[in-house]
Amino acid sequence: MDTPQRGLPAHLVDFVHALRDHHVDVGPGETVDAAAVMAELDLLRREQLREGLAAALLRRSGQRQTFDALFELWFPLGQGAALGEVALPYADDGSVDVDALRDLLAELLAGGDTAALAELARAVVDGLGALGPGRGPAAGGSGGQGRDGQGRGGADQPSGFSSYQALNRVKPETLLARVLAELRARRQEEAADSPFAEEVARRETRARIADFRRMVQAETTRRGSEIRGREAAARTGVRRQAEQTDFLSAGADTLADLRRRVAPLGRHLATRLAARRRRAHRGAIDMRRTLRRSMSTGGVPVNLVHRRPRPGRPELVLLCDVSGSVAGFSHFTMMLVQALREQFSRIRIFCFVDGCVEVTDLFTPGADLGGILTEVHSRRGLVAWSGHSDYGRAFDRFAERWPDAVTSRTALLVLGDARTNHQDPGLGVLAAVVGKARHAHWLNPEPQRQWGTGDSAAPEYARVLPMHECRTAAQLAGVVGGLLPV
Amino acid sequence: MGSDSTGRTTLFDSVDDVVSRLAGVGYLASTAVATTVFLADRLGKPLLVEGPAGVGKTELARAVAEATGSGLVRLQCYEGIDEARALYEWNHAKQLLRIQASQGQAWDEARDDVFSEEFLLTRPLLTAIRRDEPTVLLVDETDKADVEVEGLLLEVLGDFQVTVPELGTITATQRPFTLLTSNATRELSEALKRRCLFLHLDFPDAELERRIVAARVPQLPEALAEELVRIVGVLRGLELRKAPSVSETIDWARTVVALGLDTLDDDAVRQSLNVVLKHRADLVKATSELRLN
Repeated sequence: MDTPQRGLPAHLVDFVHALRDHHVDVGPGETVDAAAVMAELDLLRREQLREGLAAALLRRSGQRQTFDALFELWFPLGQGAALGEVALPYADDGSVDVDALRDLLAELLAGGDTAALAELARAVVDGLGALGPGRGPAAGGSGGQGRDGQGRGGADQPSGFSSYQALNRVKPETLLARVLAELRARRQEEAADSPFAEEVARRETRARIADFRRMVQAETTRRGSEIRGREAAARTGVRRQAEQTDFLSAGADTLADLRRRVAPLGRHLATRLAARRRRAHRGAIDMRRTLRRSMSTGGVPVNLVHRRPRPGRPELVLLCDVSGSVAGFSHFTMMLVQALREQFSRIRIFCFVDGCVEVTDLFTPGADLGGILTEVHSRRGLVAWSGHSDYGRAFDRFAERWPDAVTSRTALLVLGDARTNHQDPGLGVLAAVVGKARHAHWLNPEPQRQWGTGDSAAPEYARVLPMHECRTAAQLAGVVGGLLPV
Repeated sequence: MGSDSTGRTTLFDSVDDVVSRLAGVGYLASTAVATTVFLADRLGKPLLVEGPAGVGKTELARAVAEATGSGLVRLQCYEGIDEARALYEWNHAKQLLRIQASQGQAWDEARDDVFSEEFLLTRPLLTAIRRDEPTVLLVDETDKADVEVEGLLLEVLGDFQVTVPELGTITATQRPFTLLTSNATRELSEALKRRCLFLHLDFPDAELERRIVAARVPQLPEALAEELVRIVGVLRGLELRKAPSVSETIDWARTVVALGLDTLDDDAVRQSLNVVLKHRADLVKATSELRLN
């Protein structure tokens, strides 16, 4: 059989390769499924194709964003401007009338018509986002280009598109107050809105503005891909999955994404750490299985079968580094701790910099993480000396102040980068604590190749207790999965 | 109902057909849902539906069964579910009675007798495979079951056949339309996922949710429904422990109707917000962030 070099099958394989490049594991089996999907569906219905391919190719909900972004590149809505009903207002001199555009945008935002907003986003990128050769941002929008949507080429071809440039001229976030006023006018309710109604409207509008920004960015990527080629666009324009994002460099919305992924991991970890007791000999009799076993003795129940005991309740002690060097990580640490707090009934949480404090009481269910972190840092005793992390001193303090925290039933988790600022790492104290605990693990947010460089005492600590590189949610899931054989 | 190229009967003709027939039984499907249901039917693959609680995963199976006139066979998974509960089991008590009742019977005869259809207790998986009529098999909350059960599911969902040593292999005469649901409390095994089409069912967009509320609670005035959906949308934007899902929106709509409210002012929201938010911490957070007090 000939391998398809072109046409739909080759295009699909190309798309699958792009997905793999973005850490979406797609096997050949899935590719075959996707091809079967394409055979069944009406290819002219783009949304159906998108959902169908997603159903065949994806296996995890977190992959959807990546998939959508790549789908836009490989199965684009159209070539060129692909303008719809909503057109940009133009001033008499042929440049885009930004004020009128902002009026239009405010009106659409108030109405909440997503389809119209998407069309406007396309028009905005076309009219205001183009970076032309010899037509820098200063030259203003690229005039009548969007109106006919053709006749470009040669010198008229823009060299690229910039969402920054387009959004900077439209400034959608400054429209919030206007949209709110517009909404109020539309409802024509009694003069003063209640704070609640206003808050709801404000948050809703903010979400819509954020959506609009996203639409503009997605459209920029699509248009850019026509010029630079979609492989290049895929490399730079497609955000990484939350699972693959480095904790130390995660942005705000990735963090929100991460939070959703970490909660189930806490539950997972809890079941893994739950010490499994041996099957008890005494306990409730399992009638069904006893009867079944009695078959071998002629129906006389000689051997009694007992129900399995419930898994034991594990105890967990967490030691978290919250110093400045792991600031990005500590936010994640707090998320993980919060998730664990809800799973373990017996948990004690200690934070340290160069002193050590117990902060278990701060993690009440549903408490705000930002608030907790501020509260932790204002605790007395957390910083005993210089405010730079000193693991040895912190471990000393922990062992001396709470000698009974770690017992033979305890699982101990240390979270930190093992950077001791060239102080004594306190290996002896830590080894003593680890010796008492049932399990002990260290999660390190630094890449493994940096362990042992500079002031990192990671290799020394790794000899005392197993240390795991834990930079991304995916790695955390791996660590949790491999932590204990079930 | 038509049939595909291999002669296997299929339930739906097109994606639009799925939408209209599901709507006919009161399930408003998004493009994603309709497309995957259509494909699962056409390709004869199980459909794995994942998503937060209360977005209508189980409801989808019920709707498909009703729309196609199929029987619904449901396997509810839980921790500790085993082969005997999922597939089949011999009715030991009855077998014992049978043996005692026929004292003196020859062994061969007794054996053939005791391991016959009469003493077989079929559990959902085997029931679904043996049915001659069109069947929808729902494996609910697959993530709650242990890993061993996944292996069992793999075997059954792969070929739709079951081997009972004493009876031989039973093959499905008609492949049931299979739907697995999961709340994603744990990752299902790759092998199981690979055999399924995957659908992540998320909260619907505002427009669809309005239509769902209108269909489920027709007594609710349209303006009020819109307001309700807006507020729920904002609540989902907050970082809550349990974001309200569609079932909560519908509950809220019913509450509003039951209380006889005609506007959703602050008092009304304050009174009834506990229908939507089930955790106290969430309630406190929502009231303070949305300035309800």
